[in-house]
Amino acid sequence: MLTNKDFFRGLRAGIPIGAGYFSVSLSFGILAVSYGFTWWQAVFISMLTVTSAGQFAGLQAMLTPGQYFPLLLSQVTINIRYSMMSVSLSQKADATFGRLWRWLLGFFMTDEIFAVAAGEPVVKPRFFAGLTVLPWLGWVLGTLTGGLLGSVLPQDLMNALSVALYGMFIAIVAPVAKKEKPVLLAVGIAAGCSCLCTWLPGLKALPSGISVSLCAIIAAAVAAALFPVKEEDQ
Amino acid sequence: MTHYWICLAIMAGSTYLLRAVPFSLVRRKIQSPFIRSFLHYIPYAVLTAMTVPAIFYAVDAPLAAAAGFITALVLALLGKGLTSVALAACGAVYVTSLILPFF
Repeated sequence: MLTNKDFFRGLRAGIPIGAGYFSVSLSFGILAVSYGFTWWQAVFISMLTVTSAGQFAGLQAMLTPGQYFPLLLSQVTINIRYSMMSVSLSQKADATFGRLWRWLLGFFMTDEIFAVAAGEPVVKPRFFAGLTVLPWLGWVLGTLTGGLLGSVLPQDLMNALSVALYGMFIAIVAPVAKKEKPVLLAVGIAAGCSCLCTWLPGLKALPSGISVSLCAIIAAAVAAALFPVKEEDQ
Repeated sequence: MTHYWICLAIMAGSTYLLRAVPFSLVRRKIQSPFIRSFLHYIPYAVLTAMTVPAIFYAVDAPLAAAAGFITALVLALLGKGLTSVALAACGAVYVTSLILPFF
């Protein structure tokens, strides 16, 4: 019975994440449909990837035929942070977190699920399993709702909802950039580089997936070289 | 349609492997300070490069987008949560695009 208690404790911890995901994936569904995808195509993307920034970049790359390598590169660059989270959480997983659990539940490693799980002294597989349920459901149902209603909603409203994902990104980045100066430096370099890639005649030709990856790698590498993170900062 | 499935396979496959492989196989700590630092900075760099300047082109009127950007930035700096920042940004864009035609 103790194990079921862990599952329901995880389920409860996932409520706010699920609600937040619903509102953000709503705008993903709307955006996908406005790009010409069908609602079920958007839903499949959400069901199988469960990653805001990655899906968002993926949509843009999918619009151009034959852009498989830039798509892969953008996915790897954007989602490499999950590898770091997985490495970090694997140190906290308890003895019952066997190989099969890890292969199954690793699928659900999102920023917010990681953040909640990392707050546990020891991560049990049933707690983690419970934690993933509502965020995944919220993400998929939000996409479905956005995809279906996107074509019905007035243009002004769709317009407004299309900035929800960016709003979430700003909410993740700004507080940390305010607290950690090296992060602010990385943010400044990434923003400057990204503007150059959008506006400079020569660089404009780069596919957006490539320029995002390139700018992020340059910014993170400069920050890492100038300000190595000390053990206790992480 | 084939294009869609290939793209979906690339996205879902690469995302899954990036998450599950380290979770399942890596149990030791990464030693290289540079790689650890790089991994610490990369999420913020990626999100920034995706947001700026793209957010200003996400909306029909750049001025409305700017209102959303500034609203999100201010609320985020005040420490508001992801959902409230995202919704407030949408609200600012919505209100601004309603008002703009009158100027």
